[in-house]
Amino acid sequence: MVKGAAFVLAFGLAASCGAAEPVIVGSKKFTESYVLGEIAARTLEARGIRAAHRQGMGGTLILWQALAGGAVDVYPEYTGTIAQEIVRTGGPGTVESLRAALAARGIGITDPLGFNNTYALVMRRSRARALGIATIGDLRRHPELSAGLTHEFLDRQDGWKPLAERYGLALESVRGIDHALGYEALRSGAIDVKDAYSTDARIARDDLVALADDLRFFPRYDAVYLYRTALAAPTVAALGSLAGHIDEAEMRRLNARAEDTRDYGRAADLFLGKRSPAGAGTARKIAGWTARHVQLVSLSVALAILFGVPLGVLASGRSIGSKAILSVAGIVQTIPALALLALLVPVPFLGISPRTAILALFLYSLLPIVRNTATGLQDIAPELKESAEALGLSPSARLGRVYLPMASRTILAGIKTSAVIAVGTATLAALIGAGGLGEPILSGLNLNDHATILEGAIPAALLALAVEGLFEIADRVFIPRGLRLPPRNPPAA
Amino acid sequence: MAGASPFVNNRTLPTTIDLADVERKFGDVVALERTTLRFPAGETTALIGPSGSGKSTVLRLILGLIAPTSGRVLFDGRAVPAAEFPALRHRVGYVIQEGGLFPHLTVRDNVLLLGRHLRRDPKTLDRRLDELCALTRFPASATGRFPGEISGGQRQRVGLMRALLLDPDVLLLDEPMGALDPLVRAELQGEFREIFARLSRTVVLVTHDLGEAAFLAGRLALFREGRLVQTGSVEDFRRAPAEPFVEEFLRAQRAAAW
Repeated sequence: MVKGAAFVLAFGLAASCGAAEPVIVGSKKFTESYVLGEIAARTLEARGIRAAHRQGMGGTLILWQALAGGAVDVYPEYTGTIAQEIVRTGGPGTVESLRAALAARGIGITDPLGFNNTYALVMRRSRARALGIATIGDLRRHPELSAGLTHEFLDRQDGWKPLAERYGLALESVRGIDHALGYEALRSGAIDVKDAYSTDARIARDDLVALADDLRFFPRYDAVYLYRTALAAPTVAALGSLAGHIDEAEMRRLNARAEDTRDYGRAADLFLGKRSPAGAGTARKIAGWTARHVQLVSLSVALAILFGVPLGVLASGRSIGSKAILSVAGIVQTIPALALLALLVPVPFLGISPRTAILALFLYSLLPIVRNTATGLQDIAPELKESAEALGLSPSARLGRVYLPMASRTILAGIKTSAVIAVGTATLAALIGAGGLGEPILSGLNLNDHATILEGAIPAALLALAVEGLFEIADRVFIPRGLRLPPRNPPAA
Repeated sequence: MAGASPFVNNRTLPTTIDLADVERKFGDVVALERTTLRFPAGETTALIGPSGSGKSTVLRLILGLIAPTSGRVLFDGRAVPAAEFPALRHRVGYVIQEGGLFPHLTVRDNVLLLGRHLRRDPKTLDRRLDELCALTRFPASATGRFPGEISGGQRQRVGLMRALLLDPDVLLLDEPMGALDPLVRAELQGEFREIFARLSRTVVLVTHDLGEAAFLAGRLALFREGRLVQTGSVEDFRRAPAEPFVEEFLRAQRAAAW
């Protein structure tokens, strides 16, 4: 077990540390950010600069921390977001003022790319017309409308709360919903209003209307690239060359291409005027995601066993320390996965890498193993514990030859729970660019492409079943036969 | 038979155990009042009395599983320091109700567990297992079975085999036949008496059954609610009961026997 874990660990580290360091381009989890990330990566490659695109890495917080921590070198951002969420100076939010504020942190900013992707509230055109709504202010007359807003928009300084305050809006129903799913909800009539980006391809396609921001609440969201000033001059120059070359119509066209072809690479090619080489076969892509997924899960669960069983042994005692171990493991479990990732990303050595995903998965896998080990040991009949002690076995022999084997069924059940949970949770690894089956799931969710979602979801489900099957076998190997006897009446003497 | 075994204990005198003014409390509850009691070398002594009278506490004090609140436990006149408890326990065999067998180990592995832990020669251990099977009349062909696959009487024999592996000076038995039906019990009592006579070790037997105590032990110690009431033979108890409780206990036992 120890050897196995060491091997997988070494493999994982080797896989995450390439030989020469490419420029790491990050992007957020929505179409336009994917496309702009891909354009940056391909522009660099075209100039002979090695680049890798870690796509769809969660929200602003994760990407900013990745950039500040050096895990990501470049990512596309918007001036309004920088002013409201990152710099928070309350200044005018012009590129010049932001450049001055960011310079102190070692971060550079390109000139605007050429379009303003402001936030907008959108409704179906027919519904807006029927209710006579043209501006955000008009919503005041219709508190019965229900809004489905992205979680980021609900939380932002330039998001829903300040907006509602400024406009004096009081909608009865305001719910959090994923961006791409929100469009479906809008189309089906489950919600009436949602937040959107003004360059979203779907505004035109779904026949939606953007409500006028009559009070000019939303700041400008000029697209720019943020980059680390430590980058080599040719890299910075290559990024700068993109400034002023993408206007709003162009961006909407690129977004539409990405959503039509389900392929961000083709959208980038449309802009760069090239044809993409045919993508890897679906089967090969799925095999790659699955292999990475298995790697993430097996490594993190192996580590969880390595640490969880000894911690469980310590936690099986009656002291305060024992209870503290279980409490801490329990608290870790309650931290939302995304929050845990966001906390770990700025830590040196971790950053945006499989290491962070493995550490997070490891922490999540710990509790079931610790708890089941402790419970399994506590449940051993006291007279049997006393028998082992009275026999004159040393404490370690009691544990190794008697107590742990007797608790093996419970411990194994805990490991199984951990492994199954890890298969599910590992899909979130894609948010920080660690890959795995979360990649097609997230990008499919974003494109509202069910086929792509299933490319990730079906292998993940099969993987969970395989884990179940694997543990059927493990039960036979690791649980002593004497503990697996069918219950029966004792024979006569 | 035992003479050829390297496990045979060559000390000429078996061990005498003394409780010297031993008292044990759990919080405010007195499990055993100040007691002075000798277990003479090579003899079988039975501790009898109702449940909760402190009999089992005495065995656990002897094994060092619990420490006396005051007083001392002496082996051949010497108090054993805690550091020597593991070595002491190798010299003391302990059998509890149902044998206290570990369910995940076969009969063979249960019996040999301690020998393997102490890295004794496997061939010698195999020979010892055969000897013990013969001594306790356990079928050697069944040593591959798990405790869940054999009868209660057999489990009791295996518990005794495990306790005797290192040929201990002292044998402690806590209600060894408490869970057996009367016929098996009678058969096993006969065998145990034979074994005790053959081994001539210091034996301490805990039971609540007066008949069993009188059959297996020459000397009885009657306890009540943590207090030693009287020691002696059953005849002594009849002839000169130390207090009315002794007569009461004798009467109750007769009623139960019929």
